[in-house]
Amino acid sequence: MSKISFRSAAFGLLLAALPLSAQAAGERVIPPELSWSFSGPFGKFDRAQLQRGYKVFKEVCASCHGATLLRFRNLSQPGGPEFSAGQITALAATFQIKDGPNDEGEMFERPGRPADPFPSPFPNEQAARAASGGAYPVDLSVIAKARTYERGFPKFVFDIFTQYQEQGPDYLAALLTGYKDPPPEGVTLQPGQYYNTYMPGHLIAMPKPLNDGQVEYPKGADGQPQVPETEAQYARDVTAFLVWAAEPHLEARKRIGLQVMLFLLIFGGLLYYTKKKVWSRMPDGSAAH
Amino acid sequence: MSGHSSYVPKTGFERWLDARLPIIRLTHDSAVSYPVPRNLNYLWTFGGILMFMLVAQIVTGVVLVMHYTPHATMAFNSVEHIMRDVNYGWLLRYLHSNGASMFFVAVYVHIFRGLYYGSYKAPREVLWILGVVIFLLMMATAFMGYVLPWGQMSFWGATVITNLFSALPVVGETIVTFLWGGFSVDNPTLNRFFSLHYLLPFMIFGVVILHVWALHHVGQNNPTGVEVKNVQKDTVPFTPYATIKDIFGMVCFMFVFAYFVFYQPNFMGHADNYIPANPAVTPAHIVPEWYFLPFYAILRAIPDKLGGVVAMGAAIVVLAFLPWIDTSKIKSMSYRPIGRQLFWAFVVVCIGLGWLGAMPAEGGYVIASRIFTALYFGYFVALFVVGLFERPKALPNSIADSVLGSLQGGSGARVALATAAEPNAKG
Amino acid sequence: MAHATDTKSTQTTRRDFLMLATGAAGAVGLGAVVVPLVSQLAPDAQTVAAGAPIDVDLAPIAEGQAIKLFWRGKLIFVRHRTKKEIDEARSVDVATLPDPQTDQSRVKEGHDQYLVVYGSCTHLGCVPLGNNPGDNKGDYDGWFCPCHGSHYDSSGRIRRGPAPLNLPVPPYAFSTDSKIRIG
Repeated sequence: MSKISFRSAAFGLLLAALPLSAQAAGERVIPPELSWSFSGPFGKFDRAQLQRGYKVFKEVCASCHGATLLRFRNLSQPGGPEFSAGQITALAATFQIKDGPNDEGEMFERPGRPADPFPSPFPNEQAARAASGGAYPVDLSVIAKARTYERGFPKFVFDIFTQYQEQGPDYLAALLTGYKDPPPEGVTLQPGQYYNTYMPGHLIAMPKPLNDGQVEYPKGADGQPQVPETEAQYARDVTAFLVWAAEPHLEARKRIGLQVMLFLLIFGGLLYYTKKKVWSRMPDGSAAH
Repeated sequence: MSGHSSYVPKTGFERWLDARLPIIRLTHDSAVSYPVPRNLNYLWTFGGILMFMLVAQIVTGVVLVMHYTPHATMAFNSVEHIMRDVNYGWLLRYLHSNGASMFFVAVYVHIFRGLYYGSYKAPREVLWILGVVIFLLMMATAFMGYVLPWGQMSFWGATVITNLFSALPVVGETIVTFLWGGFSVDNPTLNRFFSLHYLLPFMIFGVVILHVWALHHVGQNNPTGVEVKNVQKDTVPFTPYATIKDIFGMVCFMFVFAYFVFYQPNFMGHADNYIPANPAVTPAHIVPEWYFLPFYAILRAIPDKLGGVVAMGAAIVVLAFLPWIDTSKIKSMSYRPIGRQLFWAFVVVCIGLGWLGAMPAEGGYVIASRIFTALYFGYFVALFVVGLFERPKALPNSIADSVLGSLQGGSGARVALATAAEPNAKG
Repeated sequence: MAHATDTKSTQTTRRDFLMLATGAAGAVGLGAVVVPLVSQLAPDAQTVAAGAPIDVDLAPIAEGQAIKLFWRGKLIFVRHRTKKEIDEARSVDVATLPDPQTDQSRVKEGHDQYLVVYGSCTHLGCVPLGNNPGDNKGDYDGWFCPCHGSHYDSSGRIRRGPAPLNLPVPPYAFSTDSKIRIG
């Protein structure tokens, strides 16, 4: 069985372990709508935010979660965090990648290259489970598109026009900061369970991942970090990074989209008048209705 | 409708070819000189839009196959490979996945247009039935295409829909096993669905050719439902009149299509399909794509397994019998006071069923689904009954009259205008 | 609608211009559609990235032996030539060759014993024989293509047969005395 099916099977088991019945889903707390730089028709990623987000991902998330659809080279491609090619080559080389077999039939480790995928923190699902108290940390490559919540009528109709589609990131950012310790009264937690306001059913196997001051951010000229090193800021930055990871061509899509829409508008206008012109005369030369 | 050909070969080569393969004559007769009722409204551009969508889906599909891997362990990642690494792969994939939805938007407009204007009535019965065949093939193609990314909704959609066949007595289980090629939905299922998903669009294309052939033989219906009486006065040549109008309609449609592709590419999809297929867990809320929701609601409304499948099948098949169910001699609902209200009630029922299909199958939703299912089939019964006694409004004498009449006055004056319109037409 | 009040000529011009503009816009649109359909045929980002330079250690290749390896999906021969093979390659009159090139121009100076060439016959792409000890090396101590009988010499140059060109030399450089980087 492949890595993918393992990953998914494991994710399923994680969910199955939680009381995700229809009733529990009904208790869902809707995450607040945050404002994101990449939302709307002209949305773009904030490079500095993506770079910070990658730092949070690498130092916090990646110790348990993989993102195997991502490759180091992605970090330098246009529309992403846009690290320089040199930075990426150096970064990749800090990882040891398993390769082989060599001529002796042995697997060996070598420094990473930009074309390599992000390495998984665990060699296989069983190892991941064993290290994580039985729960499986899901792959985060497309997590921002794989998580959502029901918008309901009539909101989902308005969403077509407002272009609101950030259910995924709103949920992720809320989840990362939605821990309650101690849990509300009346909730008893089993060992390895934590209380999270935004998790469907509220019980989550992932311990609170982010704390103030945990990740050091790049300093500005005054020696102070450009953004506060707080849990909320980390959550937003890493969520933005995960949105980019799930949709790396988002910027190109919106940019080309604008060009296409403008073209169709002009072409449609020309066609409209051409059509009117054609229909102004009937074939026998008489005026149309 | 189609008189003798007006094509006159101009060059020596055209004469030479025309004597051997009259393909230019065929094109000329069906896309240039073909007479089109002059009073068609924009709902009639959806035939052309559907043709465009079919070609667009085939083109983007063929290109996607160049990068897709139909294997249970690789399909999900190969789709992501398309989204990430292939040049413009994200665009092609979003065009194809949203294209399926837009295809259904167009086909539903097209179907309801036919229902409203009675386009299924004689002499267009075969044309209509071919349309129902196309619709069935489209549903099969869309369903199998949705399985290919091998996400959670793909997998569980495939499981639920293939299990429908297990409702059939005696042979059901065997059929399901043969559909799967195994004992559950797995790699063999993915492979055969991929094969059929590639094949069916070309079968659709074949039936579309028959559909258009039948159309060009009997001629287009029109908003009055009055057949063409005088080709000179009632019709205009397809080119340039219908051509330019169809293209304008297509571009307007493309505008909506592009809006979704570039700004809301995942609006019509399910987040769960970004989770790789997992046979060990079913998503909490499993729903088909939006265009199947009304039928899904009918399926769930019936408390019996076989009964649900039969009802769902009947909901589609009943359309094929419409030419004989509707007893009214009048085609267009514009001239049928009761029929028109029935039609709009039917539209509401279909939308209601679609909404119910997306709701969980519990409590009041189930009861509502049953009522709406009864209403759905009730429409056909009502059409049969109402046609027997309904008193239609006065029809215009001809298409030309209706065009010129609508310019000059109320509907009551139509018959009187029939003679007065004569000089105007020469204008 | 307009009751033919305009003179016929202005109407024609306006109509023509409108038709022309619409037609031109349509052509632009069609052209734009072709761009993604064609560019998806080009190597994708991962294929390009995976074609990064590779390092090859030459130390294990004994004199008279050759190895095969792949770079960007293309077969490459690396041959450790004997003194005799080098002398043969250099003694021939270059002007008489079908594709005149000196042996010196096909190897790196100071590393004359190592010949690095693409292992694909320049005729129709077959893999020439000559790397393994028992192989037919052709009449010039190099390679022999079994498909259509092209003979290559010990410098990888075409000497006889239908192939038009010498085996091309891939881009590479010596990083140390016994290591090369291809690409």
